[in-house]
Amino acid sequence: MGKIEWAMWANEQALAAGLILLTGGIVGVSGQFRGWQFAAYAIAAGAFVCLLEYPRSKRAKGTSVERPGQYCFTVCVKAFGPLTRNYYVRAFLHAAICVPGGFMLATVLGCVCLGIASLIYFGAAVRGEHWEPILPRKDVRKPEDSTRKPPQNPPPRPPPDVRRKNVNDLEAAAYDNPFSTTADE
Amino acid sequence: MGNFVANEGLSIFVIVVWLGINAYLFVQFYLNFLVEKWFYTRVLLGQALPWARAPAACLNFNCMLILLPVCRNLLSFLRGSIQVRRKPHVSRQLDRNITFHKLVAYMIAFHTAVHIVAHLFNFEYFMDAQLNRNGSLLTFALSEIGNEENSSFLNPIRSNETNPTIVMFTTIAGLTGVAITLALILIITSSMEVIRRSYFEVFWYTHHLFVIFFIGLVFHGYGRIVRGQTDGSLKSNDPSVCAERFEDWGTNGSHCAVPVFAGNPPGTWKWVLAPMILYVCERLVRLYRSHQKVVITKVVMHPSKTLELQMKKKGFRMEVGQYVFIQCPSVSRLEWHPFTLTSAPEEDYFSAHIRIVGDWTQALYEACGGDKNETQEAWKLPKVAIDGPFGTASEDVFRYEVVMLVGAGIGVTPFASILKSVWYKHIQNNQELHSLPDYIYFYWLCPETQAFEWFADLLQSLERQMAEKGMTDFLSYNIYLTRWKEAEAAHFRVHHEAENDPITGLKQKTLYGKPNWDNEFTNIASKHPGTKVGVFLCGPPQLGKSLEKQCLSHSEADVKFIFNKENF
Repeated sequence: MGKIEWAMWANEQALAAGLILLTGGIVGVSGQFRGWQFAAYAIAAGAFVCLLEYPRSKRAKGTSVERPGQYCFTVCVKAFGPLTRNYYVRAFLHAAICVPGGFMLATVLGCVCLGIASLIYFGAAVRGEHWEPILPRKDVRKPEDSTRKPPQNPPPRPPPDVRRKNVNDLEAAAYDNPFSTTADE
Repeated sequence: MGNFVANEGLSIFVIVVWLGINAYLFVQFYLNFLVEKWFYTRVLLGQALPWARAPAACLNFNCMLILLPVCRNLLSFLRGSIQVRRKPHVSRQLDRNITFHKLVAYMIAFHTAVHIVAHLFNFEYFMDAQLNRNGSLLTFALSEIGNEENSSFLNPIRSNETNPTIVMFTTIAGLTGVAITLALILIITSSMEVIRRSYFEVFWYTHHLFVIFFIGLVFHGYGRIVRGQTDGSLKSNDPSVCAERFEDWGTNGSHCAVPVFAGNPPGTWKWVLAPMILYVCERLVRLYRSHQKVVITKVVMHPSKTLELQMKKKGFRMEVGQYVFIQCPSVSRLEWHPFTLTSAPEEDYFSAHIRIVGDWTQALYEACGGDKNETQEAWKLPKVAIDGPFGTASEDVFRYEVVMLVGAGIGVTPFASILKSVWYKHIQNNQELHSLPDYIYFYWLCPETQAFEWFADLLQSLERQMAEKGMTDFLSYNIYLTRWKEAEAAHFRVHHEAENDPITGLKQKTLYGKPNWDNEFTNIASKHPGTKVGVFLCGPPQLGKSLEKQCLSHSEADVKFIFNKENF
């Protein structure tokens, strides 16, 4: 399981908050509620948060799971460099974004959710986490030299059951020939 | 098609019934709010009233269901009583409990969204009615009702000097609504696949917000904010006649009294009380189990970072392929982790193999003295608590004539128990031999050689026993190494001719790469005509999908492949 990376949860929470903010904004604008200007702001803010949070960060340890089709978002978010990399920036950004949402009922829920996401991000930042893009691994193919070399440990070898336990460490498992051998000339 | 029904029929039936009940409740409650009793409420709120009430009814129903699939002791009890009656399909249905729990959760999220959006409109309309202070409007007249003492209001927003957000945070319904929605959102975001699989603790602790969720849910209706006309008032003020003449209400000449309104009594507790009690019982059983004495009889450290715990507990009875929840108070008092039992029911102890991959397992490893070289005194071993055993699909293994067991990586553990049990049944010359499968195909896909270690020992002894008894014709095992290093490959090549396999030390050679399932299924189908073949998998979902497809496509009139899947 390893160390908890709070930013992964903060990311899920912020994405959900973005969607809720967006929905609240759409409801507010389409219903022409009083103060619908705040709802219009919420649509823009929600969409922005969703775009920012869609590309998931690379995990410090273990396999990272991408969201479907996040690659082009990753590239865009990565382009902002330290601004998007640093979670302190995100925590304060979300905290600032969520404030106008509090002035209207339809966007209050999104505002509170985003506030919680901001708090989790802050916790993650305090623990020294930061955003890393998930980029496709470049396959570095090494030249296949090893197969051309002669085996370093030629037969005869010890019986299989002796070696089975040490299959990781072939060198240590090698059988020491008690007789000194020389090549026939 | 027949096989598809056998495999998926019951789950589809359950889901269709569940969707049907949801749809019925929605439509029924929608229509309930179109009657005359709610006429004046609808004058204020319009269609938003039934749109808020219909999902509320569905929410009651789904919140009742959500707790049931996670009562594992209850499910285990049900499974036991069903198995006596030999209905493998029904007991298999219960394994999909977590899937159902998730479906219900998504349904709750959906209805919550509809309910909230509808109430946003309701708040707005109530506010509108207060703000348009024009005596010639029916909405204003209705809002003014209840201003005198001892009369009940219809519009919960009582003045024009407030705003919906303030009302939201000063009423019971509003406050509890916000609280339970936040709890729900936090629960859902922390249960996403990525969080649940990688940071189980976050998922586990956040899920306990369900306590707040249920308390808030029960009290959500206590404010009786949504009000309709009382039956008595309907007689003295018939909306179809009196709505037009609202300016004369209560005057002597008119036949219309001022309408009286009352809220619905809160009803959610009727829905969720029973499951809440069941769940409390479930937690009490778990608490009781955690205080039962468990003795660790032996700790084995396998070189591949796998810890084997052999334990004994009074009255512990298990079946093959079951799992237990293990808790270690010295590591964490709250965390229970599931592990498959690797011992056979015939053995006098029960054991679990625990791979050290995370904080909890690492702490358990240290608590058991795994990092020290000398042997530990028995009294120094940590206390552990066991909840279980709980059944999964592997119990059904002995019901098929031919079984195919597919394990991937550490997912081989449930099959250790099965193979051991088969072995014990054979050496004890058990009278129940007829209940054993005729033939077992065992496939193990493994990405690295280390994992072969402890399991290969088991297979080796099984192989030896079979050779001694001359019973080599009931088990076929195929081991696939799916990833290897070049150095290893050279090693394997050199030993290709050896009698025993260079990795596992078994007579059966390890195969390299992935199995060609199409070939394997065709072979088995042609070897065993006219049988039912049980296919059991413990491994990643992608493999499950491809096996399920193979099961469906290779099932013909005489051979039937039935797919079963472990949850862990």
